[in-house]
Amino acid sequence: MIRYLSATFKKSYILAEMETRKLLHDPTELISRAVQPILWLGIFGEALSKVRAIPTGGLTYLQFITPGILTQSVVFVAIFYGLYIIMDRDTGILQKLLVTPTPRLALVWGKMISAGLRGLSQALIVFIFALILGIPLVITVWSVAGVIVIVMLGAGFFTGLSMIIASIVKTRERFMGIGQVITLPLFFASNAIYPVSIMPGWLQVVATVNPLSYMVDGLRTLMLPGVAGGGVGFDILVLAVVTLLISMLSAWFYPKVVM
Amino acid sequence: MVKYNHVIIEVNNLVKRFKDFAAVDSISFGVEAGEVFAFLGPNGAGKSTTIKMLITLLKPTSGTATIGGYDIVRNPSDVRNVIGYVPQMISVDGTLTATENLMLMARLYDIPVRERAIRVKEMLSFLKLEEHANALVRTFSGGMIRKMEVGQAMVHRPKALLLDEPTTGLDPIARQSVWEHLLDLRNRFGTTIFFSTHNMEEADEVSDRVAIMNRGKIAAIGTAEELKTKAGKQGATLEDAFIFLTGNKLQEAAGNFREIRRTRQNERRLG
Repeated sequence: MIRYLSATFKKSYILAEMETRKLLHDPTELISRAVQPILWLGIFGEALSKVRAIPTGGLTYLQFITPGILTQSVVFVAIFYGLYIIMDRDTGILQKLLVTPTPRLALVWGKMISAGLRGLSQALIVFIFALILGIPLVITVWSVAGVIVIVMLGAGFFTGLSMIIASIVKTRERFMGIGQVITLPLFFASNAIYPVSIMPGWLQVVATVNPLSYMVDGLRTLMLPGVAGGGVGFDILVLAVVTLLISMLSAWFYPKVVM
Repeated sequence: MVKYNHVIIEVNNLVKRFKDFAAVDSISFGVEAGEVFAFLGPNGAGKSTTIKMLITLLKPTSGTATIGGYDIVRNPSDVRNVIGYVPQMISVDGTLTATENLMLMARLYDIPVRERAIRVKEMLSFLKLEEHANALVRTFSGGMIRKMEVGQAMVHRPKALLLDEPTTGLDPIARQSVWEHLLDLRNRFGTTIFFSTHNMEEADEVSDRVAIMNRGKIAAIGTAEELKTKAGKQGATLEDAFIFLTGNKLQEAAGNFREIRRTRQNERRLG
């Protein structure tokens, strides 16, 4: 058991490191990914902040949505991560990895960690752009550490979900279709761009079980002055538990053999 | 435990059924240490399925097989440590450098820290790829890519190397270069080389022994010369032997859409 866990940690780290090296060899993706959050904050956020129709509890609307936009950009990276399994499966990379003495859980964690690191690069961009727009944020050692933990866990959860979908549907076309279908509902059925309190009852239920809401709640509490959310500790606990569970489920669904 | 010191791969009545279809229908054979052993047959003959069972990715329906004395069902992780596998599809990562690709395997196979860099360097020089050590693999030619894949499968110095259609889609020069390296590996380290192919000439030229597989069964095993003799005519080729032994032309079985698409994609990428 201990040997299995230490092997899993070690191999996850190796795989995540290789994913990061790939990204560093060709960082254009990081730059193109930065466009979306900038548009959401710079255009959507600026426009809606003039309307003042959404109750934000004493915050400006831009302040209110900054953690939501950060969450969205992290989740959108992660939710398409399963595509890498399909690509590795279509080539022989997956087969070769499956024949090495690497626990399947490590193959899953490796991707989760690497999605988390991409998420952190998104977080950096959102922070910088928010400061350029003059949005007041709390930046202390503790708040930044908390943001890192939540981004890593949240990216991990949605990567796990994405890998399960990819393992089931197997083809790129089907996967992209499902990915497109679930991203926006996930985002809208959360507290990312408006508070849960203004939603109809049934949607409030959805928002409460949506892990994305816990990311937003935790990030909002950490990043914004004077916000008391559901408690950062509770948000992190929820995210840690669901991420661990989904990683085990994802390892179980992970392709066993490629014919 | 090891039964015979000289037999490295031993297969006994191995069967794999998918629903009603027997992809591998009770085959038995042995491969000796240091041998170059060709598994010859058309697409859909059951070659890949047999290899998938040997590399422990697919559980046999019945029968047994051992590699290096380890049972593929009972001791899969021991089997994995004594084999290297080169899939038919491209298995190097084009977005990593040659060194990184080899280092990844060295680390996944738990090669001690101090030895990793040495092994990777040795492998690069063995494959004559030192000049390209830090180039991204996607810039490589088809032959270089295949050599990299062999290198990846060899960093942990396995006793047996299993290759699925290693030269499909390679031009003749690249094919020759890949085989020079494979035979050199065998000569230097005594690595057993087990490969599947549907190419008659290739099986004839490089292998010590050939097993002809057709519709899930092994039709005959022997040296290429022995098999040709069985065809019973003067100057018979391995193709004649194949037709005589199976009643089939090699090209007849076409494979499904997915297989063909894969082969073509591979050819284009390696081309």
